[in-house]
Amino acid sequence: MRLILERRDDRPAWLALASPLVAVTLTLIAGAVLFALLGKDPLAALKVFFVDPLSDGWALQELAVKATPLILIAVGLTLCYRSNTWNIGAEGQLVMGAVFGSWLALATHGSANGPWVLPAMLLLGILGGMAWALIPALLKARLGVNEILTSLMLVYVAELLLDYLVRGRWRDPQGFNFPQSVSFEPEATMPILFGAGRLHVGFAIAVVVALIAALLMARSLKGFEIRLAGEAPRAARFAGFDTARTTLLVFAVSGGLAGLAGIIEVAGPLGQLQPSISPGYGFTAIIVAFLGRLNPIGALIAGLFLALTFIGGENAQIAMRIPLDVTRVFQGLLLFFVLGCDTFLLYRLRRVPSVRAA
Amino acid sequence: MAALLEASGIVRRFGALVANDHVDLVVAPAEIHALLGENGAGKSTLVKILYGLLQPLEGTLSWEGRPVTIASPAEARRLGIGMVFQHFSLFDALTVAENVALSLPASTPMATIEAEVAQLSRAYGLPLEPRREVWRLSVGERQRIEIVRALLQNPKLLILDEPTSVLTPQEADQLFVTLEALKAEGRSILYISHKLDEVRRLCDRATVLRLGKVVATADPRAETAASLARLMVGTEVKEARATAHATGAERLVVQGLSLPATDIHGTALKDVALTVRAGEIVGIAGIAGNGQDEFFAALSGEVTGDPGTISLDGRPIGSLGINARRRLGAAFVPEERLGHAAAPGFTLADNALLSGHATNGFVRRGLIDRSAVTAWFRRVVSAFDVRTSGPNPEARALSGGNLQKFVVGREILREPQLFVVAQPTWGVDAAAAATIRQALLDLAARGAAVLVISQDLDELFALADRLAVISEGRLSEARPTPSLDRETVGLMMGGIHGVAA
Repeated sequence: MRLILERRDDRPAWLALASPLVAVTLTLIAGAVLFALLGKDPLAALKVFFVDPLSDGWALQELAVKATPLILIAVGLTLCYRSNTWNIGAEGQLVMGAVFGSWLALATHGSANGPWVLPAMLLLGILGGMAWALIPALLKARLGVNEILTSLMLVYVAELLLDYLVRGRWRDPQGFNFPQSVSFEPEATMPILFGAGRLHVGFAIAVVVALIAALLMARSLKGFEIRLAGEAPRAARFAGFDTARTTLLVFAVSGGLAGLAGIIEVAGPLGQLQPSISPGYGFTAIIVAFLGRLNPIGALIAGLFLALTFIGGENAQIAMRIPLDVTRVFQGLLLFFVLGCDTFLLYRLRRVPSVRAA
Repeated sequence: MAALLEASGIVRRFGALVANDHVDLVVAPAEIHALLGENGAGKSTLVKILYGLLQPLEGTLSWEGRPVTIASPAEARRLGIGMVFQHFSLFDALTVAENVALSLPASTPMATIEAEVAQLSRAYGLPLEPRREVWRLSVGERQRIEIVRALLQNPKLLILDEPTSVLTPQEADQLFVTLEALKAEGRSILYISHKLDEVRRLCDRATVLRLGKVVATADPRAETAASLARLMVGTEVKEARATAHATGAERLVVQGLSLPATDIHGTALKDVALTVRAGEIVGIAGIAGNGQDEFFAALSGEVTGDPGTISLDGRPIGSLGINARRRLGAAFVPEERLGHAAAPGFTLADNALLSGHATNGFVRRGLIDRSAVTAWFRRVVSAFDVRTSGPNPEARALSGGNLQKFVVGREILREPQLFVVAQPTWGVDAAAAATIRQALLDLAARGAAVLVISQDLDELFALADRLAVISEGRLSEARPTPSLDRETVGLMMGGIHGVAA
């Protein structure tokens, strides 16, 4: 007796929806086992992780703040992965967006400027992320270089550049030698949505971006081109689409959105440049994109869920002395189960009686 | 003499389709037995049952007089049944001997295999060089590897599925010598084909299948090709012959077209020249891999080149992309249905958009007009009788024939001035093939220039007004079809040029 994976002829619609839910359930079970092994009460830990952050308005606002960069980046990655292009370097594009946008905030610091500063910063952030993403895209389109490697390696280049800037030229002169920039002027920070709390306009931008992306993917010729390039590249050429240009487009869009996420993060919750501006949003967004079934609306929902793991991880550290790294473990488990469950979308498991070799 | 293999009352259904309806087959020792039938008659289903790939729902099999169940190909091989499929399962990057080794126990030393391959290939007239990589070999040589692989199991029955469909007439002759030698050793051969001449030449008996049923068992040598064809098709076969249409001005002119091969397995085009007039069907014959794909890509604009090498109605189009050519009235159907002509996971509506977005008014200001696409795809489905399982299924859910009707129909309904189609009826059932061929004839009669690239000589002789042969990237001069015979075309396909017709 042995097990084989057999390609499914049909792909029922309910499975496509059930698969991420099953993955989340399996992640929770695996998490409970993990907590039990750490000597903690599994149910209490899961409650701290996944229920407490939803219990009051403050926490809900925090959830949306954390979800904002995840949603923005994941929407861009959705387009990439749909077209079978693998941008793994969103974290670096986020950093470069933050660097480009912050340059304007620092250049205008201390002098009176109009309300144009913030929109211009956001635009620069988009351009920064886009420029950084176009490096692997051009290498792939022109020379056939594997974009997974180049986009990933450029993450470290971007992070070291940021590190150099905040420790060097852009360090706050009055900052007691702490490696950070000055705090941005009010006109260079994201407006708060409600009177109290931390929820800022960025979240609204993320929601609008997800909705627009969903509309364009479903209704526009460009969206059709992106989906076709991933589904059948030869058919995409037959349809008259230039697959190299599609690669450039999706990298530019995803890089731009990651850059936007970066500058929003710096001009929003952080309010200044620091050596580290992201707890790995660019990588977590990969999980968001897959959990959201490579669909922009799905990414919106999945972004909120993954934000929960970030906040839950902090809660668990405070309340139960569970190490913060458990957050990463959770996210990794989730990606593992999402991809695992997706296998069963395409294949079914079949038992075959063992055959003796002839 | 006792039968070697006897199948009786075999029934196999796929959903509503009865692929085998109480089929009986008897193969005697040391005979070459033909299994005759059109595409879709149920031949493949039957041999898959005999080789253990499928299980019959009803009926029994017996082998050398004993009832058996054949649960798997391994069991079939243990009994002594070998099979050579139409589509080879070989690794291009490996050598002949390495490919053979894959079907043997892992412990067999490579030197032994090489020696055995060499010995078998000498004994049966199957010239093969064990150390050559497969990608260097011709289709005929690749088939020999499959035959040698099967012979290593020392089978009593060898099943060959349409073995000559990819061979030149000369390669086929060589294969027949081998098969006769195997028969002389007392082995039996089950020979699946729809080529009547071959069957009459080679086979001792023939079982004829039509729509899943055995309609006759005959001695092919006592029959004429026409009488066998009647058994196979059921009605008197009309020699479909393109009616001579009035041809008009030169519509497609190709001259001095040379293109380098795009990859190492490709074929470079060398100074190709061709003219297709309005109202005319020109056929391009050739064995697969002789530059057809490259020629199609150059004509469609998937690969662009010098403007002057290709012109449409006097306009140089050689440097235009595929959509620019479509806007000038050209339409294309490539050989691969799934993955090239259509995206497998996309709905039929999206696949209508795939080739029509530049020309059919489906897109306004970058947004897709879904209702226009839906209306169009419904028109294609009804005009070409595309049978679908739902209102708008994915392309992969359609049978080959229905999908082919769809991809041909979505182009023809646009009334193109130039229509280039590769393998229009490859792997398509007889009814769909007839629909498609008629549509091509009608399109030409309405004044379009039609170019058909095909490996199916019957099809080309039935459709084309003029015929050219492509071989190793060179295209022969197109000659009026009535002035050609199959022997000449076959020689040209095998790379022998300059033979007077």
